[in-house]
Formats: sequence, structure tokens, C-alpha cells
Amino acid sequence: MIVAERKPFEEIKAMLSGYPRVLVVGCGTCVAVCLAGGEKEVGVLGAQLRIAAKMAGNGVQIDETTLERQCDREFMEPLAKDIGRYDALLSTACGAGVQLLAELYDDKPVFPALNTNFIGVAEGPGVWTERCRACSDCVLGLTGGICPVTTCSKGLLNGPCGGAVAGRCEVDPERPCAWGRIYDRLEATGRLDELAAVQPPKRHNIHVQPAQIVHLAYKRRYGL
Amino acid sequence: MSEQQFEPRILALICTFCTYTAADMAGSARMQYPATVRVVKYLCTGKVDVMHILEGFEAGADAVMVSGCEIGDCHYLEGNLRAKERVEHAKRLLEEIGLESGRLEMFHIGASDAPRWQEAVKMMTERAIELGPNPLRKLAEIEAAAAVAEEEPAPVRALAI
Amino acid sequence: MELRETLEKKGFVVTAELHPPKGTSLQALLAAADKLKGKVDAVTVSDNAGAVMRMSGWAACRALQERGLETILTVACRDRNRLALASDLLGAASLGARNLLCVSGDHVVLGDHREAKPVFDLDSVQLLQLAAELAEGHDGGGQALTGAPAFLLGAVVNPNSDPLGPQLLKFRKKVEVGARFFQTQAVFEVESFRAFAAQAREAVSDGGAKVKVLAGVHVLSPDEVGRLNEAALDPRVLPGLRVPTHIASGLIEAPGKAVELAGSLIKELKASGLCDGVHIMAGAHDGEAADAVLAALQAAGL
Repeated sequence: MIVAERKPFEEIKAMLSGYPRVLVVGCGTCVAVCLAGGEKEVGVLGAQLRIAAKMAGNGVQIDETTLERQCDREFMEPLAKDIGRYDALLSTACGAGVQLLAELYDDKPVFPALNTNFIGVAEGPGVWTERCRACSDCVLGLTGGICPVTTCSKGLLNGPCGGAVAGRCEVDPERPCAWGRIYDRLEATGRLDELAAVQPPKRHNIHVQPAQIVHLAYKRRYGL
Repeated sequence: MSEQQFEPRILALICTFCTYTAADMAGSARMQYPATVRVVKYLCTGKVDVMHILEGFEAGADAVMVSGCEIGDCHYLEGNLRAKERVEHAKRLLEEIGLESGRLEMFHIGASDAPRWQEAVKMMTERAIELGPNPLRKLAEIEAAAAVAEEEPAPVRALAI
Repeated sequence: MELRETLEKKGFVVTAELHPPKGTSLQALLAAADKLKGKVDAVTVSDNAGAVMRMSGWAACRALQERGLETILTVACRDRNRLALASDLLGAASLGARNLLCVSGDHVVLGDHREAKPVFDLDSVQLLQLAAELAEGHDGGGQALTGAPAFLLGAVVNPNSDPLGPQLLKFRKKVEVGARFFQTQAVFEVESFRAFAAQAREAVSDGGAKVKVLAGVHVLSPDEVGRLNEAALDPRVLPGLRVPTHIASGLIEAPGKAVELAGSLIKELKASGLCDGVHIMAGAHDGEAADAVLAALQAAGL
């Protein structure tokens, strides 16, 4: 899922200065799972903002609401009836959600409370690691299910660089060398020969940013 | 440091099985300690949510105590351990916004340990006096009074005591 | 003599490494080059080594060629995409560069511009392939070139890699796409090189006769010796340098012995027949680097 982290409090506070009535809009999907922007975190952030504002003597109204998610318009449409009561929106969604919220309510400043980091998995409660870069050209079938684009710091496709020390990446000794892992896994399953072929460079134009995908079954609906 | 001492208002979130029993005993034994504490009784401190602590400060509490069983003695096994972690986290949240984390503290007080309860309340009272009133306290009182006057629910659960 | 010829004809080839300046002044680099001229068979010019920004290698190489030295241009994948890499290779070739060392490149976060975007559009194998394609007269997209470069392709291999398997896998691929000489990362003991050399020869299909391997020898500067303890705990402190503990402790006690150490290592490597030469690197810069290289060669009796 998408893994994000709440921005430093001071940064968020600075964004909201000058806006007396703010609605904090949470998201109940990815960012709730990574404990950054779900209902719970919205409650905490709202309380922190109110306390901080009152300590500074600012009369400010901070309300809270959490939606199922902010990447689908249908979940955000119900906000329309109350949105007039606010001067600014603070979204705790990932970057995608913030944008859709801003698009829907484009007459209001919409601020991001989070920094969106990566597509990843939970290693355990409170720990998430990056696993996918959405490169549009998945090679996981060739590397034993270990992504060289993401888990190799340099995104190398043909084997390790010379920088690994005792199987640890030159960038961070806490991280294993991805190619060491790929090699081990394929060796253990007798598939080392699959690594012999020279892999060509990545194709970066499969989806030129900003990309759009239209499902086959829906092309006719949009006249495509 | 303010010349006139104010009367701190301390919110205590305490568990039924241990701390509440100790507090009760202190009361029956007529042990003397400052009348600064307002007690909220939880079945277990494991149910204390970080939001309860933040709401306490928002409502104007000068300090918040969370007190559960001694480590290893929790009636629900791990509740007090979770509470301990949450108090640590809440302290960080307070520091982030410039409210002194010293206003919040976790205690572990066994059922028979009335003196410890007495000590804890005294300590937190002194600390609250030292740190001064919660900057939000005046505002919270005004808001609570206004809500009562207009017969509306208070914007935040205020300690109108 | 051109490196291609030297590698074919000379029994034990010696190359040294110099860094371009951080700035436009070539003075110190040229002074160092003058010292090395005639004493080494070629000079490798680094490419933002250690992810520390310096002048482009092709410009420095041109200056050294004009000074009469044979050069090896290091090209890293870290800073440029495939277009820029091809542009640089063509530009370098037009200015007389003929020997390339294609490397991945130390990661951006190890250097002095840590917020920069790491590129790595190609890896070292793909870069070798690109250079080979340019030499065949077409670019990476298949378009014909008006004038093709002629390159002798080189690459790097790390004999200290533990595990060695993945490193050899890549070594094989580099040979497959056209690498004909290798400069290794620094070794400090002949024995550790021996284990690598045997496996490396085996890894290359036809017995490796056509691939030349120059063992890396690093003359540690007093500054580097001073950081050995730190580096033992954090390899990022001295990227690419893996000094065995017993050698490190000896050097820490007597930093001046670095030259002697390098010298005796070169001598042993030559005598061992395990490699086709040495590539000497120094922790010092410019003139001091050249001095260190020459001192090591002298200590080795070369």
C-alpha cells in the first residue's frame, strides 16, 4: 500500500496560519494502515492544532472528518454541503488524495499534512518497507520475486555493483544487497542460470508522466 | 514563576484494580494530600487512549496522571504496558506543540500502596505549580461557561468543575 | 603506446588513477601527470569518484592526452541518462579518448551533493553495451552515426566481495558484452586475490585469455589511515576500501608504512602471476598522489 508520514508539526502549523476555520480531512485506507492519516491520527492532529493555536492566543476552529478514502470522488462528494463553513482544508491523504480533494473543492486552499513516501508492505506493526516503484515494467519474474529497481539502491538490473560489504549495501550497512538476496534465492531454488542473460535498460516511456490508464472494458464509454 | 499560587487541576486516569483501590484506601485512612485530582476510573489503563490525554489538556487540565498496576501485575496482563507506551507517545506529541511533557506522567501503583498514591499526587501537584497553569485553562473555562449560557454542548469536553 | 597494444604485449601493465579538479584549474592535475609520464602505462581519470563533484573526465583526459599520456576515461552511470552518456562518449572519442572504464558509480549519498537525484538509467553492463554499439556505428536507438568511435572497453570487479558469486555473475556479463580489461577494487593481500583470480578465470568461458585483469592497489594517505577505525564500523567512511584488520592495525601504528605496504604488494602480485598488472590508486590528490604512486613503484622495484 501507499506509505506516508505526517509532516513535522511546525510545517503543518505554518501552512494553516491565517485560516481561522480549518477542516482536517482524513483518509481511512492506506494512510490509516500506516498510522499516518486515519481517523485516529486526524483526532490527534486536530487536538494538537487546537491546543497549539490556543496557546498562541489564536482563535481558530479545527474540525475533523475522515472519509473512506480520498482517491475516489464518490467518497468526497458528501463534504460539499459543509465545505462552505471552512476557509481551508488540511488533508491527511496521500498526494493523490490531496489532489483529488483540491480538484473537487478548488476554491479552497487544500494543504497536505503528510509526505507520501512509497509503495510498500508492513514488516510488522509500525514498520513499513519500500517494495515497489511503479516502474510499469515489472521484472519480478526474473529476479526471484525481489525487486532490483526498488530494493537495489541503484536500481541495477544485471547484478550487484562492487560496493556491497559482507552482503550489505554500500549506501546503508543496515540494508542487505538486493542482488545478494536475488542470487541466494535463485541459487537455493536451482534457477541461477536465469540470471545469465543480459537485461536491457528499462523502458521509461511505457507511461510518460502524468500517466493515465483506461481499462479495456471502459474504453468505449469514453470514446477511446 | 507566578507570585500567587494557583490551584492546579489534575486529571487522573486510573485503573480499577490497582490504583483506584490504593486511592480509595488513602481516602479511608484519611491520608492527607492536595485536593487537586479529578479521577476518571478505567477498568484498565490499557483502555486509555492518547486522545483522552490530549482532550484532557485541551479542556484545561494543568497535568494528567495515568496510573495502573505495577508492571507484571496488570489484571488484563498487558494493559499497563500499552498505557506506558501511549503515555510516552503522548509526551512526544505534547513536546511537538510546545506544551511541557512534564505535565504528563505514568505511574504504577499497587492496590495496597496508598502511600504511593499520596506521593504521586503530591509530586504532580508540585510539578503543575512549577510549570504554571495550562495556557488553555482560562480559554477552556470561558468556552465552557459560554456553552452553558447558550445551552449548547461545549466545543470540547471542558472540566467545568 | 596505446593501451590496447600495451595490454597485449607487456607482461605486467601499470596504470594509476588521478581525479579531475574540483574547478577549472588543471594546473595541479597536469603537474601530477608530468610526474607519471613514462612511469605508468596509462592514467585512469575518475568520474565524480565517491560521488564528489569534479570536472568532467573527458575534459581532463583531453588535457592529459595533450600532455602525452595514455588515458582511460571512467564513465559512471550515476549522473547521466543514456542520451547524455552517449553524447559524452562521442564527444570524448572525438577528442581522442579510446579507453573506457564503465562503472556503476558510487551512490550520491556517499559524496558531497547528497540531495542530488541518482540517475542510473543504465547499469555498467548496459553502458558497456552502449559503448560497443557506438563503436559499431549506431546509437542505442539503432540510428546510424556519422563517425563511430573506437573503444577499448574496461570495467571494474571487486575481488573482496563476500559473497563472490553475484560479483562473478556480473563479471561474466561484462565480458560477454565486450569488456576486455578490468581494474579491480583495492586488494591488500595476495592471498585474497588468489581466491578471486582462480574463480574469475573460470567464470569466463574461454579461459579468460582475452581478458586482462589489473589488480587494484591503494596507497593509503595519512588521512585515510586516520579514519580506518571509523571505517571498520561504517564502510561508508572510506567507500571501496576494505582493509583487513591486521593490516589496518599495522598502518594505524605506522601510517608512513603505507607506501612500503603498497610496494611489497605490487612486487608479490607481479611475482604471483595472478594478474596482468596493477592499477595504483592513492588517497592523496594530484601531485601527492603521483608521488605516492611513484614511491610505491620504486618500493616494488619497478
